[in-house]
Amino acid sequence: MWYNRRKSIIADYIMVLIIILLCSICLLPFIHLASKSISDNSFVLAKKVYFLPKGFNLEAYIAIFKDGQLTHSMLYSVLVTAVFTVLGSITTVMAAWPLSRRRLKGRIVFTFIIMFTMYFGAGLIPTYLLYNKLKMLNTMWVLILPLIFAPYNFLIMKTYFQSMIPDSLEESAYIDGASNTTILIRIVLPLSKPILATIALFLAVGRWNAYEDSKFFITKKSLHMIQYLLSMMVLSASEAEKISISEASLVTTTPEVIHAAAIMFVSIPVLCAYPFVQKYFVKGIMIGAIKG
Amino acid sequence: MKRDWDLYLLLIVPLFLTILFKYGAYPGLRIAFMNYLPAKGYAGSEWVGFETFQKVFKDRDFHVALRNSLLFNFAEVIVSFPMPIILALILNELKVPRFKKVSQTILYLPHFLSWAIIGSITYTLFRTETGLVNNMLVNFGLAENRIPFLTENLNWAITYLLVGVWAGMGWGSIVYLAAISSINVELYEAAMIDGAGRWKRMWYITLPGIKPTIITLLIMTLGRLMGSNYERLHAMGNVNVKGVQYQLAIYIYEKGLASGGFSRAAAVGLFQSIVGLLLVLASDKFAKALGEEGMI
Repeated sequence: MWYNRRKSIIADYIMVLIIILLCSICLLPFIHLASKSISDNSFVLAKKVYFLPKGFNLEAYIAIFKDGQLTHSMLYSVLVTAVFTVLGSITTVMAAWPLSRRRLKGRIVFTFIIMFTMYFGAGLIPTYLLYNKLKMLNTMWVLILPLIFAPYNFLIMKTYFQSMIPDSLEESAYIDGASNTTILIRIVLPLSKPILATIALFLAVGRWNAYEDSKFFITKKSLHMIQYLLSMMVLSASEAEKISISEASLVTTTPEVIHAAAIMFVSIPVLCAYPFVQKYFVKGIMIGAIKG
Repeated sequence: MKRDWDLYLLLIVPLFLTILFKYGAYPGLRIAFMNYLPAKGYAGSEWVGFETFQKVFKDRDFHVALRNSLLFNFAEVIVSFPMPIILALILNELKVPRFKKVSQTILYLPHFLSWAIIGSITYTLFRTETGLVNNMLVNFGLAENRIPFLTENLNWAITYLLVGVWAGMGWGSIVYLAAISSINVELYEAAMIDGAGRWKRMWYITLPGIKPTIITLLIMTLGRLMGSNYERLHAMGNVNVKGVQYQLAIYIYEKGLASGGFSRAAAVGLFQSIVGLLLVLASDKFAKALGEEGMI
């Protein structure tokens, strides 16, 4: 018995250790990047910066702000994401609320029409040709309108409405003389704040992180999302791993420090927001896991 | 019907968006059966039937892309799929609630990062000449030569898969943790009275308890075997590893948008969509046949 207890305690410690190790793997890259981005160039060039800054140098961040490309793109991406999130939340409610009502005639057909697109897509080329025909290429709207209404979000919200707003509650409001619009605005939406937050965050994070549409549909640099700019910055450097010395000496800071600062600059909004928003995400995927 | 006219009114906008942007793109699929020339448009291009498909199926580049996609997706099932389960089992054994909560929050972090950020981080850490991992290995005398993590095919493939594990592990564990928490506590109590140790309880109660979840998720993963994530491949790719990075999404972009072979790329896209749909339907059937809940 005593022997077993000790074995069990050792197992406890091992599991704690594994978790600490895994957590470190999630955090250390950012600690390294943050350290590198404010370290002195000479230490970075000597490959001596690990998880603590060596020397102090904000030049990379100053360069980012002076250059203005990333800061402009940051503001632009925030704008696109905000518009996307607002329009997306509204359209998702507009579909999910009616189709969550069992009495609505044709709800099976409408739901099928929406859900089918999740399982069968036309693919990149027909989509590109369509946007071309709609004159949407190289506009901000190509990043917004096609994606605001997503079947997956619709399904989650519909499931929530079905289980949380019983027909009887709605019926009694109706008998008291409330119209459908009043019921939606006065009863349903106030009762659905958690799911609204979840869907809004799904939309916001999804839009903020996606960048392939910037590459596929937009050639104007000023209309690219910031994630795409970052990928171009770092990837174009990775193709030619060694940058010639003459080229590097032209800038006051090494490309490596600039990259680290750029990655931090793009990550900081997400790093700051995510501890507060992750619980809504967890809620969302739990509802999503339940079949609609 | 009359009472609900305003509900139908609400439906107009989302249905309009769906029909315009999703169904509106389906007619474009006909270029897979044409020799589409962008300058001539749909009307000016000639119909060729299945000729494009015949060409594609003989195309060596397509073979490479298809093989790579399938290989990587299979490898993903083997490498990435079990990790969230193991992680959930470990998290479930943690005794201090606060520690558990904080570590969960940290482990979910990678899920919130874009592939652009993940790819950039990967390069910062694993570059041969300047990457942190190589710097540490060499400076601390753990390796004599720098390891080309990202510029050799096999190394790149392993890095690519492990980064995928890193990105998806924490988040994937949520569903399993929820499944574990819905297991009847009395089962554990009874087992403890009968003298079952920690591992026995894990093996005979927890794992069977989450088996339905595991099977459903496994089948869903198999339904996505034809998938191909352009952002992930692009963010981690470079010219040295074209041989393994070249997967269906890259093929479609490079043959299509980048070099104007619209018909060929559309044909591959259609092939991918149809096989993908069949796989989803088949796995749904399979799940239901096993008595599990399907996903459609």
